[in-house]
Amino acid sequence: MAEAIRLTYEISPDDFTRAGEASSDVKKKLRSLGVSPDAIRKVAIAMYEGEINMVIHAEGGIITVDISPDKIVMILADKGPGIPDIEQAMQAGWSTAPNEIRSLGFGAGMGLPNMKKYTDEMTIDTVIGKGTTITMVVKI
Amino acid sequence: MDKFYHSVKLEPELCKGCINCIKRCPTQAIRVRNGKAQINSKFCIDCGECIRICPHHAKTASYDKLDTIRQYEYAVALPPPSLYSQFNNLDDVNIVLNALKLMGFDDVFEVSAAAEIVSEATRSYIKTHESSLPFISTACPSVVRLIRVRFPNLIPQLLPINPPVEVAACMAAERAMEATGLPREKIGVFFLSPCPSKVAYVKAPLGTEKSQVDHVLAIKEVYPQLLAYMKAVEDDAEEISESGKIGISWGRSGGEASGLFTDRYLAADGIENVIRVLEDLEDQKFANLEFVELNACNGGCIGGVLTVENPYVAEVKLKRLRKYMPVARSHMGDDAQGYVPWTTGVQFEPVFRLGDNMMESFARLEQVERLCKRLPGLDCGSCGAPTCKALAEDIVRGEASERDCIYYLRENLHKLSKEVSVLADDINDGIKGGREAFPILMDYIRRISNEMTSLDSRMNEQENDD
Repeated sequence: MAEAIRLTYEISPDDFTRAGEASSDVKKKLRSLGVSPDAIRKVAIAMYEGEINMVIHAEGGIITVDISPDKIVMILADKGPGIPDIEQAMQAGWSTAPNEIRSLGFGAGMGLPNMKKYTDEMTIDTVIGKGTTITMVVKI
Repeated sequence: MDKFYHSVKLEPELCKGCINCIKRCPTQAIRVRNGKAQINSKFCIDCGECIRICPHHAKTASYDKLDTIRQYEYAVALPPPSLYSQFNNLDDVNIVLNALKLMGFDDVFEVSAAAEIVSEATRSYIKTHESSLPFISTACPSVVRLIRVRFPNLIPQLLPINPPVEVAACMAAERAMEATGLPREKIGVFFLSPCPSKVAYVKAPLGTEKSQVDHVLAIKEVYPQLLAYMKAVEDDAEEISESGKIGISWGRSGGEASGLFTDRYLAADGIENVIRVLEDLEDQKFANLEFVELNACNGGCIGGVLTVENPYVAEVKLKRLRKYMPVARSHMGDDAQGYVPWTTGVQFEPVFRLGDNMMESFARLEQVERLCKRLPGLDCGSCGAPTCKALAEDIVRGEASERDCIYYLRENLHKLSKEVSVLADDINDGIKGGREAFPILMDYIRRISNEMTSLDSRMNEQENDD
């Protein structure tokens, strides 16, 4: 079995204009690896939503992407405020995004629902006041 | 270059002398004289409303042809974000960019990439000038031209930052010179414009002495060819895009403001709405605003008169396109710094003033008021001016006469014929008689006949045009 490739991204909370760059980079790398367009799309969307969430809600964090021949595993770990009510947060349309970025198209309340929709597995570990770690798997 | 240079022009042979354009023009710059429309170049702001409304296509925009690129050894295309909104099911900007290269351009520099730099510069300008808020966007040249002639009090509120197209042109030219070693004059920088306003900007820029854009092409003219080349690119689009959500959003109304990360903004689009906002801004009706984004076209640049797609459909396409883009891909660096700030100010041009000095203007204003009371107040447009007040202003400026008013003329005829009949009655009754009455009668008949001829000739003019 081929070894997994690991990509690590530090998501900076200081510069909002850099949000989305990590997922864009992963997309480019997956394309160069010849991963199927469908899987690339799923990974790109799920990771994009997660990355944006980390910037808007959690003051950044670390994203690790493990690429192996049969699956892509994304681990998004932050030291943010945690999610008080996961069920509510998973509802389509629920959002706590601030007004000033809504006109860029954020805050539709589709972040977590889309992450679940576009991945084959998703687990959320969250502790109030400590942070959240989301693990997502896309099979290829 | 003429500071009132215009892209919007009249094709006299197509003009029928109807009143559609005079009614639509937001600055009342058009008059119909001798059966043809005339554009007053001092009033015109190149918004393109007359092009939109003219049923005979007699209003056009001047721009360059694609084969102008052959005049240069190296040609760079500057595609604006509004271009991306013109295509169905486009989910990768790179397809458009690569198609432009296939079409004959040696390099492509996205206006949306420069827009992200302008957004960054605007954010920091606002932060460092909090005592002079709000700032008015200077990206739409028609808006800046409008403020220059009509809202002098708002000139200090203009954001003194070059529009993205200018920053893109500067950066593209520098990149081309570095890559090729060619002198500047052998490099052609081409903007693919959604509107005539940018054509005028390039020839007579505001905020900078000389634009680095060498030629302006119209999106609607490049579109069909570009579409064919896009089909050829389709699957192996090289990644050359350098812009994200912020840059792409600039194509529509509210986009520029959304890149400032504040909710203390106002965004208005459509020239009439823009004027309303500027009036209110002048009257200081807004409190607590940081930024005012104004676009002359409905929907923003995607509503430009040189685009092909309906602006509201285009907006949906743009939203879809930017959905999973990084927030931004281009950032302020040393390469851009020098190209961002304005290098010259904007001067008030008092073109709407009635006289050359205060006293003259005041006297003329009184005359206008008096004339307005006499004119019918129907704003019918038959005289060739959009309103009775506009005719009155033309009269005091010596550019028209009261006889241009069809109602005035009718009234006059009526009065004369009444007097003639009174005279005739007098002759009949023997109150006046003999030879001395005939010259008076003849004079009346001559005057009526003159009025009729002038009426007839005006009617004929219009009939001949049909």
